[in-house]
Amino acid sequence: MDLQMWTWLLIAITFSIYIGIAIWSRAGSTKDFYVAGGGVSPLANGLATAADWMSAASFISMAGLISFSGYDASVYLMGWTGGYVLLALLLAPYLRKFGKFTVPDFIGDRYYSNVARSVAVFCALIVSFTYVAGQMRGVGLVFSRFLEVDITSGVLIGMIIVLFYAVLGGMKGITYTQVAQYCVLIFAFMVPAIFISIQMTGNPIPQIGFGSTGTDGVYLLDKLDGLHHELGFDAYTSGSKSRLDVFFITAALMVGTAGLPHVIVRFFTVKKVSDARKSAGWALFFISILYTTAPAIAVFARTNLIQTVSNKAYAQLPEWVGNWEATGLLKFEDKNNDNIVQYLADPVLNELTVDKDIMVLANPEIAQLPNWVIALVAAGGLAAALSTAAGLLLVISASVSHDLIKKMIYPKISEKGELITARISAIAAVTVAGYFGINPPDFVAATVALAFGLAAASFFPAITLGIFVKRMNKEGAVAGMVIGMLLMLYYMMRFKFDWFGGGTEEDWWFGISPEGFGTVAMFVNFGVSLLIAFLSPKPPAEIQDMVENIRIPSGAGEAYTH
Amino acid sequence: MPEKDLKRYWRTNLSYLAILLSVWFLVSFLCGIVWVEELNTIRWGGFKLGFWFAQQGSIYVFVIIILIYIRLMNRLDQKYNVNE
Repeated sequence: MDLQMWTWLLIAITFSIYIGIAIWSRAGSTKDFYVAGGGVSPLANGLATAADWMSAASFISMAGLISFSGYDASVYLMGWTGGYVLLALLLAPYLRKFGKFTVPDFIGDRYYSNVARSVAVFCALIVSFTYVAGQMRGVGLVFSRFLEVDITSGVLIGMIIVLFYAVLGGMKGITYTQVAQYCVLIFAFMVPAIFISIQMTGNPIPQIGFGSTGTDGVYLLDKLDGLHHELGFDAYTSGSKSRLDVFFITAALMVGTAGLPHVIVRFFTVKKVSDARKSAGWALFFISILYTTAPAIAVFARTNLIQTVSNKAYAQLPEWVGNWEATGLLKFEDKNNDNIVQYLADPVLNELTVDKDIMVLANPEIAQLPNWVIALVAAGGLAAALSTAAGLLLVISASVSHDLIKKMIYPKISEKGELITARISAIAAVTVAGYFGINPPDFVAATVALAFGLAAASFFPAITLGIFVKRMNKEGAVAGMVIGMLLMLYYMMRFKFDWFGGGTEEDWWFGISPEGFGTVAMFVNFGVSLLIAFLSPKPPAEIQDMVENIRIPSGAGEAYTH
Repeated sequence: MPEKDLKRYWRTNLSYLAILLSVWFLVSFLCGIVWVEELNTIRWGGFKLGFWFAQQGSIYVFVIIILIYIRLMNRLDQKYNVNE
């Protein structure tokens, strides 16, 4: 069977599974719609959280990113996994005990203030929209590369599928489709990795394989460092970024991960506090399978790529080079007219430009794996993008129907009315996300860092202080969130979009990049919150009782139905 | 639960957090970033140790930290009879 047939077949099978699950798990109440009825098992929630978390970027781009920046890319590996330790230890159990539907719910109730709630809704919307646009784009890209459908139609197909199960099933539908999507995406990620690991090192476990010797008896990493040295690149295993910046970026990604609303809400769906802890453990376990394999794929792909193209005659390159040249992701420009590919670090002499996304998408072709494996990667990429998109859309619709309309604008809305509003907001959110997927604004790539920075600068301090500092009051929390967020926005706009006078690397404060600035903004938030809280009146007694109460696991069931 | 027990329960929880988060900081920020070059002089098979911590080891330890936390807290909940 040819590649197109395989791809259509696998996509048809996986999509019918998702739709089948959506019909089976329709949401009947707002509780079903927002938190899947609150009875999801820790294992299922762990799987769903993993799929929710691992986006098109994790699946398609991350291994490529590591491949091209070596040690420097460790920030993503540690940042996007270490955040789960914070989530499991500092947030998930207490938020589950608190037991409501959304993050703004917690902020609004804990700080007894609709101003705090509005700030939280605003942050949740910005963070989620930034993120979701990238996912829809990912869906479009996979369709266009593997099925020769144009990006617009690809995005539209993706929108219809997500619309179907997010609108019909709400959190309940999303949770169980995400379980299926995790299985699809991890299978699709691991199969090529295992094949290639056996090919290159004889070891079927990629995590061990990339620290082993290749067929020539040289350690793979040493060989890669050697190749990099020859071609003028920085050594693969040591980085070029400053250690301070690596430190700050890692911290911002970790804290941002723990503060992302679409991840936090997943812990509202389990039955009790101990289940929230357990499902955080499962989630990180399932995530770590992909995250520890990605650096291995990066090394295999990088070594393969250099050995295949460097100093080879252009006419004799394998077929996949031509295929990917057609997509524009690979470019060869024979600068010295010798018909030989010079792949070098020096931009003046380098003749080959390689997009990082190729590393995962073309990896099976580079390693000459069978067609069904290549098709599997397409289905996996779609599963990763759709699962994350659905989780984000749910946060957006809940923010509008629950936090804005039910809690602030029209509290008398009936249960049925709220459910209808939630579904309409989901439809509106999919439409906006689809629009951004088809017409991606230039700032999308730059704003992923913004999403993490904002989550780190706003939610993380407000939530942790709300749990661990009983004295924390609304004045402190609101001031901290607003100042942290404004500071982060200012820094991003100045150094990413050239507003407020712009600036270059030399102008960075303490040499910290905008990606790492979330950590600074977080500390400022903590400082401002604590200072103002201790200068203003104590929170009311019932709030202090509430804090006492969320620290104790028992009684989460009752807390739920208040 | 009496006030005194509640305080003791919370204080034990905080001390667990302090210990586990120190390990979290040690394997990622110290072994993977601050001491990376020093650790890179030590080899472990094909891996330089600092590089291994940054791209593999820290992630394994994160999973273990959460597992230990789950066990500790389940036992603590049982001791103070606040489990469900």
